[in-house]
Formats: sequence, structure tokens, C-alpha cells
Amino acid sequence: MKNTILEITNLHIEGFCEDHWQPIVKDISLHLQKGEVLGLIGESGAGKSTIGLAAMGYTRQGCRLASGSITLDGEELFGATDEDLRRVRGSKIAYVAQSAAASFNPSHRIIKQYTEGPVHHGLMSYSDAEKEAIAIYRRLFLPTPEKIGYRYPHELSGGQLQRAMVAMAMSCGPEIIVFDEPTTALDVTTQIEVLAAVKEITEKMNKAALYITHDLAVVAQVAHRIMVLRNGELVEEGKTRQLIRSPRENYTRELLNVRSLREDKNESDRLDVILRVENVDASYTGQVNVLEDINLTVRRGRTVALVGESGSGKSTLARVITGLLPATRGSITFLDEELSLDLENRSKDNLRRLQMIYQMPDTALNPRQTVRKVIGRPLQFYFGMHGKKAEQRIRELLTSIELDPDSYIDRMTTELSGGEKQRICIARALAAEPDLIICDEVTSALDQLVGEGILDLLQDLQNTTNISYLFITHDLATVKAIADKIVIMLEGKIIEQGKKKEILSPPHHEYTDKLLASIPEMDPDWLDDLLAERASTFLEEKPTQ
Amino acid sequence: MGIVTLNCLVAIFAPWIAPYGETAVVGDVWQTISSQFLLGTDHIGRDLFSRVLFGARNTIALAFITTALSFLLGSIMGFIAAVKGGWIDNLLSRMIDVVMAFPTLIFALMILSVLGSSIPTLIFTIAILDSTRVYRLSRAVAMDIEVLEFVEVARLRGEGLWWIIRQEVLPNAIPPLVAEFGLRFCFVFLFIASLSFLGLGLQPPLADWGGMVRENAGAITFGILTPLIPAAAIAFLTVGVNLIVDWFLHLSSGLHE
Repeated sequence: MKNTILEITNLHIEGFCEDHWQPIVKDISLHLQKGEVLGLIGESGAGKSTIGLAAMGYTRQGCRLASGSITLDGEELFGATDEDLRRVRGSKIAYVAQSAAASFNPSHRIIKQYTEGPVHHGLMSYSDAEKEAIAIYRRLFLPTPEKIGYRYPHELSGGQLQRAMVAMAMSCGPEIIVFDEPTTALDVTTQIEVLAAVKEITEKMNKAALYITHDLAVVAQVAHRIMVLRNGELVEEGKTRQLIRSPRENYTRELLNVRSLREDKNESDRLDVILRVENVDASYTGQVNVLEDINLTVRRGRTVALVGESGSGKSTLARVITGLLPATRGSITFLDEELSLDLENRSKDNLRRLQMIYQMPDTALNPRQTVRKVIGRPLQFYFGMHGKKAEQRIRELLTSIELDPDSYIDRMTTELSGGEKQRICIARALAAEPDLIICDEVTSALDQLVGEGILDLLQDLQNTTNISYLFITHDLATVKAIADKIVIMLEGKIIEQGKKKEILSPPHHEYTDKLLASIPEMDPDWLDDLLAERASTFLEEKPTQ
Repeated sequence: MGIVTLNCLVAIFAPWIAPYGETAVVGDVWQTISSQFLLGTDHIGRDLFSRVLFGARNTIALAFITTALSFLLGSIMGFIAAVKGGWIDNLLSRMIDVVMAFPTLIFALMILSVLGSSIPTLIFTIAILDSTRVYRLSRAVAMDIEVLEFVEVARLRGEGLWWIIRQEVLPNAIPPLVAEFGLRFCFVFLFIASLSFLGLGLQPPLADWGGMVRENAGAITFGILTPLIPAAAIAFLTVGVNLIVDWFLHLSSGLHE
């Protein structure tokens, strides 16, 4: 094929683990033509990123290319010298990483980092590169393209940074760009901006791309073809529309199906209110309020979802309710008792009844403790349980979170996978026999199917123990799946709240509307339609400088 | 491992192994190595081998107790400062800053010349001076740990300060502290040596390796090996301690697989 720009055949990649080389990527072949976008999709550990990096002739430390061939624009990269690889990287193939914030050097201006590539490759002078940068910032819809490059990375928002990163990848005029989960760390509303930038590059500038993600709905918007990977092996490959309409493999079907709605519970007004937050303000500095006039209630056995973009004050509200950040005004009533706003003055029993589960199970578990200790401590602390009695309860709890007690009880927390860790966190919260659990983004650090498992578990536990959840999330798909009541926050204020049906059905508050419209749908035309629809308003919003 | 065990054994059993007494004058000045004096004799004719053995005892024991004490003080204060934060942290940190503002050696000289140079004052002075460095390190390490969510979980559970420090912070702070311990240990006995050199450390005729280097320093000009032997002992122990630290870090980091 004449137009084929990247061809990978029978690629095997191995990683060094436990004293021998183990296969990570098994016999993958792919080809990419000019202007084509290939989506690589799978859960973590599927080998997507490894393949993406291998396309540049690179492997992470502790990995090696075992066999196969990688041909980029007629040049073999397998076994190429460092010198050759350096020449190719950046100028023919470029990489956009997941976290732009971590990939920019925080002490240099954006534009300086942009120009580094072309100047070093000897393609153009610094001033030419600057002009190019401004032109490309404009194409990627960055605000005030003439000035934005002269800011430092921390002065840009997450979405802007990610687009600046895409611009940087374009700096040496590569033919292929590898996008490695470029929108995973972003809010749904900012995700759109980046997706639009990706479309601009691939469609209008006719660049080829490998688009790596775990989100099928996202990849459906940008890719022409999709490869589904699992454990380093190809599960299924096909044209986007065809694959979404009629997946052949069960695994693909599962990925497609996870966003299904669960049956609703009636949000009855007769159930007791267990948490009532009234007129709460909070502030970190003492001057600017990060939360303003928050009012909400949680009823027994029900789930309230707290939704908003990052920075909207959701997690701060959780800190206020738990007392880590004492509110500056207002009252918090929990089980008919007014709580002290300050953690230190709360009774042990109140602390026990209000538990919390965190976003990052890695940091929420002490890496130097065993599962037995993690779950056993609340039992000992709140109920004075010791020895056999505690042991038995720990086993019960492990069973209830669907982990086998015999094989898990003595493991260190570092010997668990992300999903297992999150389950242990749930067990630790349950050990205290709480009435309310605050779940702060509990699934967003997990893979789709694993996260789904956690949501299922939480749901089952609610059915059996009649526990209440205050569920903090930015993911509306999760909300749709589990909430009874929805509270939407923006800039520290609650802008709308009500039963799930009321909130999700029109008429919406303006912001709710934007939020709902931004959730990618499985329809490949969704992004184009949305962008066309927004184009008129988008132009109005743009500053006229 | 072997090196340090050997050193410790020697230190403990010195009185039984040593052929001569610690302070006994048994031969001529600066005799060379012979079957009678395994490592020769020093500047007033004492058996160097015996003095190295006794020196091990004094130096290691003193340095170990001092370092342990400085770690106890420094890390507890550092952890409390990090976990409590607020005014407690401020107060402790500023106090430490004041102590650190003085050059250590001058500060030690000042205290020792006022209080007189006995072994307990020596230990306490150096331990307190050294604990400022340990405080800095343990506070910084604990700060990093303290912001992690498992500590927050413990707070939310209502755990006390002591439990948080002992169960949540300490186990995660061990590796950097152990590495620091190895370094500090060596610094401490070098520090003791320099104090001895100035006449405020261990008082003669007690043997310590630093002092022995100083006493015999004059011999170098005559091409005599004597001062190099205690110096070699110092180097030997320093390397040994650091090997142990490395081995421990290797174990605790889980890289041994």
C-alpha cells in the first residue's frame, strides 16, 4: 500500500518481572495510512500505551522489543540506532501524554517548550518557530493565541494545557501523532475542547494518529478504525461504526454495555433525613469563600450524587461535612444531632457513623499494613474487638466485598490491584458500621469494568444494610447509574438539586444542560453534531482581540 | 554486615582479647609491627592493637548512643511538628532554626567548656545538636506522608496523635531515616574525633580512634604507619555501617526479588 505510513507486524514486547522476561504485547500487527486515525482501546494493562510508545521505537524502562517489525515511513525502527530514533521522533512521529500538567516543565514558558523541538532538529529558527506556534495555537482554538504561549504552564487550565501539548506535538510537522489518553484527566466539558483540537488536526491537516483510550465513547468520535486490546492481545478490530453497531466479541460488548441505567428507587420524602447541611460557607484563607450557602439533605438508604467539574467545591464540601475543614458559617445535623463543625470536638460515635472512601485507593491505604490490620483497626478502635472475634468479623467483611478471606487477609496492601484496594477501603468503612459513607470519586481512578464492579458492590451493600451514600463525582454516567437524588455544583454554589428524574429531564438549568450535553455518546456523529451546534455560540464567546 | 559485627564483637570483648591494658605503657615509642606488638606501639609506647580494640569500644558505643538519642529526640519532634502543624510546628521549627544558626562545633565547644567534658555531657551535647538535622529530615518526610489519605482516614476515625505517628507515619518514614542514621553515625564519631582533637572530647588516656590519629599524627613525618591504623579503623567502620544501611534499604524497598 502506497499510503501506509506506519506498519507494525507481529510485534512482541516483553517486560522484566520476577527474574525473567514476560510477554506484555503479543503478536500485534497494525497499519496506519496518511490521515487515518486508529483507536486503541482496552483497560489498563492491555498494552495500549506500550504499543503507542513502540510505534516510536521506544519502550519503558524494564521492557524490550522482543521481535517483529516497526516500519515508519519506509524506515525500520526495530533495532534502529539511538541516533536514527532521535531524528525520527518529533519530526515524523510525536507523542501527547495523558497528563499535560505533568509533562510540561513548570519553569519554562509554554512557547519556549514548543520551539525546543524544531530548533533542536534544525528545522527553523527560534523566531520562525514562535510564529508557527502562534498560528497553531489559533488553529487549536486557544484563547488569545498571540499571548498564551508566553505564560507558564500553571497559568493555563487543564484543557488549555492539553491543547498546548497537542500544538507542541505538531511543532516539527510529524506525520503521525500518538495520543495517549489525552482527555482522561479532564472534565467532560473540557474534554470537548481537546477532542475538537484532535479532530482539527486529523481531518483538516490530514495527519495520521494513534488514539489510545479506555473510553469507547470518546474513541468513537475521533477514530476511523478501532482495535480492542486485552492483556496484550488483539480482541477485535474493525471500522468504528461497524464495531459499535455490531461487535463480534463478548469483551467488546461488555465495554459497550457498561453505561446502562439501573432501576430507580423511589426517593420517598417519608424516609428519615440522616444528614442535613444548612447554609454552610467555607473558606481556606478566611477571605474568599470556596463554598457558599450550601443546603442539602441525605435520606436513609438513599444515594445523593454531588456533581460538578473539578474546582467546583465538591471535595471541599466533603471535607466540611467530615469536619476536616471547619465551616465558617451554617450547621450540619447528623442523625438529629447538631455536629460540631470541627473534627476534634466530635464524639467517637459520630465519627464512626460517618465514613469516607477516597478517589485514590493507592494513597488511602497505608502501604506498610496488611489487610487484616487495615480492616481490624476500626473494629478494635470503635468496638474493642480483639482476637478471634475480630478475625471472624474481618473475614465476614472480606466476604461481603467479594474477596476470598483466606487468600487476602494476610496480604500487604501493596500486593493488591487498584480495584481490590478500593474494595478494602470499602470494607474498612463498613467495619465501622456507618450510617453514611461519603464516596469521593471512588471509581474515577479505576478501569471501566473494575469501576463498574465497585458501583455494583456499593449498590448491593446499600440494599442489604440500608446505608446512605453521598457520592461525589464528575462523571455523569455514574450518576445516572446510581443516584436517587442529584445535586449540581458550580463555583462553590449549588445551582440545582432534585430527584434524579427531575434533574435529568428538561427543562434544565443552563449549566446542567451543558454538562449533560458534554457526555460523549456512543454515536460516532455525536461530536460533529455538538460542535456544529455550538459553533455559533462558540464564536460569540470568543474574545475579539 | 560482617565488618560491623566484627567491630561490635571487638568492642564488647575488648578487655578479653586485648593483649595489654588500655593505658599500660609496655614498650618503646612507635615500635614497628612485630609478634610482640601486633600493630606496633604509639607515641608513648602503648600497644596500638590493644588501643584500637578499646578504642572500638569507646568510639562505637559513644557514637551509637549519641546517634540513637539524637534520632529519638529529632524524629519525635519532627513527627509531632508535621502531624500537628500550626503553631506547634512553627514554635519547634523556629527553635531548631536558632540552634542551627550556630556553627555546630562552636556551639559544642561553648557548652562543653561551660559544663566540663564528661561522657554524659558529651553525649547529650552532640545528640541535641545532631537532632536538629534529624528533626529537619523527619519533619520533611512526615509532611509528605501526612498529606496522604490514609492519615486522613486515621484522623477521621478519631485516632490520637501518638497512634498516627507510630502506626501510620513511622513505618513509612523508616527507609530515609535509616539511611540518615548510617550517615549520622559516621558524622558523630568523626565529630567526637574532632572534639577530642581540640581536647574536649574523650579525655586521655581513654582510647578513641579520632584521638589516636591526633596523638600519633607526628609520626607521619617520620614515615611511620602508626597513625594510619586507627584512621583505617574509622574508614573500615564507616564503610561497614553504610553497607548495612544499603542492605537494609534494599530489603525494605522490596527490591530484593
